[in-house]
Amino acid sequence: MSMVDGPTPLHTAKGDQAAENREAVGLPPGSSAAARRRGWFSGLGDKWQALPRQKQWAFLILVVILAYLLPVINPPLISTEPGNDFALACQTMAVWALVAVGLNIVIGYAGLLDLGYIAFFAVGSYVTAMLTSSDSTFLKIPYLWTLPVAMAVTMFFGVLLGVPTLRLRGDYLAIVTLGFGEIVRILATIIPAMKGQVGFQNVGHPPGTDASGVPIFANSNGTPWYWLTLTILIIVLLLAGNLERSRVGRNWIAIREDEDAAETMGVPTFKYKVWAFAIGAGVGGLSGALMSGQVGFVNNQKFDVVTSVLFVAAVVLGGAGNKVGAILGGALVAYIPLRFTAIADYKYLIFGLALVLIMIYRSHGLLAARQQLLAYGRNAYAAVRASADAKAAKAKPGPGKEASS
Amino acid sequence: MIPTLLTMLPASASDSSWITFDIPSLLQNFWSATFDGLTFGSIYALVALGYTLVYGVLNLINFAHSEVFIMGCYGVFFTLSFLGFGPSAPNLSIGSIIVNLLLALVVAICASALTAFLLERLAYKPLRKRNAPRLVFLITAIGASFTIQYTIFLVRGPNPEPALTMFRSRPIFEVFGTFIYDQQLIIVIAAVIMMVITERFISKSRTGRGIRAVAQDPDTATLMGVNKEKIIITTFVIGGILAGAAALFYVMKIPSGVQYNGGFILGIKAFAAAVLGGIGNVRGALLGGLLLGLIGNYGQILLGNSQWTDVVAFVVLVLVLLLRPEGILGTSLGRSKA
Repeated sequence: MSMVDGPTPLHTAKGDQAAENREAVGLPPGSSAAARRRGWFSGLGDKWQALPRQKQWAFLILVVILAYLLPVINPPLISTEPGNDFALACQTMAVWALVAVGLNIVIGYAGLLDLGYIAFFAVGSYVTAMLTSSDSTFLKIPYLWTLPVAMAVTMFFGVLLGVPTLRLRGDYLAIVTLGFGEIVRILATIIPAMKGQVGFQNVGHPPGTDASGVPIFANSNGTPWYWLTLTILIIVLLLAGNLERSRVGRNWIAIREDEDAAETMGVPTFKYKVWAFAIGAGVGGLSGALMSGQVGFVNNQKFDVVTSVLFVAAVVLGGAGNKVGAILGGALVAYIPLRFTAIADYKYLIFGLALVLIMIYRSHGLLAARQQLLAYGRNAYAAVRASADAKAAKAKPGPGKEASS
Repeated sequence: MIPTLLTMLPASASDSSWITFDIPSLLQNFWSATFDGLTFGSIYALVALGYTLVYGVLNLINFAHSEVFIMGCYGVFFTLSFLGFGPSAPNLSIGSIIVNLLLALVVAICASALTAFLLERLAYKPLRKRNAPRLVFLITAIGASFTIQYTIFLVRGPNPEPALTMFRSRPIFEVFGTFIYDQQLIIVIAAVIMMVITERFISKSRTGRGIRAVAQDPDTATLMGVNKEKIIITTFVIGGILAGAAALFYVMKIPSGVQYNGGFILGIKAFAAAVLGGIGNVRGALLGGLLLGLIGNYGQILLGNSQWTDVVAFVVLVLVLLLRPEGILGTSLGRSKA
């Protein structure tokens, strides 16, 4: 570890602290804090980092192609049929993955707990419905144009909600968002223009018909919707990845780890918190717009606050701060009730319990966030690892040596 | 589908307009709205105390406190239905009604306090032991809330429990041309007495001093010989006891409100009340609760739909956070007067 001088002192300090914590807590020495910080599949992540860039790209392209082909292949064991149409299930999973990626920006990167994410999802859905549905008296625009409009409107709501609450400690945000999630539903019930339970039929969809004149993006036709959502998901993922690696992302992570320290170091914490919140809200609105387009119907019954707790569960399950984990978590939370219809009624209980258990036993989820990479850069990390590995390899043959050195 | 505190109330507004600015009807109903608002406000205040105490000691919004409360409601429901209460008012003497209600109160308090105790032991203590970050606490809290809510859902189903009438509420005297009902009077007086006892307990007793010490500075308190773990568990249990009492009054006021997610909106409102009065401040919870009850009731009449109470409570919460985040009386449990 001593070959790279920059990060080393920090690492040892961390190690000492971890050892201290372990002693204080009385945990067995095997379960060090460092080991706990990683997810269940951390070995996989290390291997992935060790691969050359070309192989990573080749593998990624393969995964993307497989993802696109998923509803066409309809793999027998994985398929949700006969209970649920698999292509539609794929679309649901993709929307949930998109939601989780968006919420991950808020929870995972900036460390803000948003318990009313469904509200942004709802705002996005309503924007799309009111701008395209035949039941609406507003001006009509083509469906695809509503996607950016939905994002802009939800971002506006995100700022509106974020500005009063984000100046304060993070907990207030949690309760205010929880309240907001319920308020949007109530407002949708009270305000006549939002049509309450009657809702909006015939929400628009992208143009195009097949040979027999049936629209390609029909409500029951999951595959094109899935491809559209998947494409948007990939674009959002690339943008989120860029944000994560940029100055903005580093600021977010600084805020997440220690807000006071970040403020002291000159990070304008309030500004970046509002940004994280607004960007997260925008992605939520986008996913709402996609969902309402596919379902074709929007009313006030679809936006329970409890669903936003499932969104949080998706992010936490996958590993807050890890966008691949978020996709996995989102897809899983959508997939499990669709695939195992017998337990679908218990999904709230299962995921609620999962939230508690994950937090108590494995607070970093399936795939942990890789913060070292963000802080020190990939190369420095690899160098540190390599030297640590070399040292470990040297130290291994004779355990006595370690004591003497 | 999602019944709230409000959907159970008779809808007072006609469907003709969704928002009104009905000052005449507010003036006309001002006093009855006031008395009713104070009744709801005292229930909010009792629940708000649970949030405030835990927040003061652990700096944690205990989202599962609404479930601590609803468990108390189920305690009341089961005891009273076991004792033979039904939808119509019981044909019993005043003395035996009081005995029955006290029994229900005891069961509710036990149910709520036990829930709070288990919650602390099973969910929060393991996190505290390993010094988990705040976000982890909050996520655990919401997860625990969810778990309890849907366990009830599985056992009791989605529908509200049948309504129980504890006694026929009678007007007892008239103030400003409005009758005050014995039910309103019982709830407000009992709640205020409980709040005063709690306040005295926190500021005078040895345990109360410990609670304030831990709220002020947990580490120093530990060094001074305060058993922090014991104080934390006591705080949770006190919150549970108050929630249990609130549960009895809630079922008294809204007999059909016993439902698996019945605590959710009430919890948010109680938290808003705590913030309004100054979170972490025991007197603030009382003041905030009563104020929120009044504001909600006035807003509902003014805006012409019972559903507006929730929206009004939420707007109040956001406005308080925007204008005076420390609340009306300030936020400190630790620095409250001894």
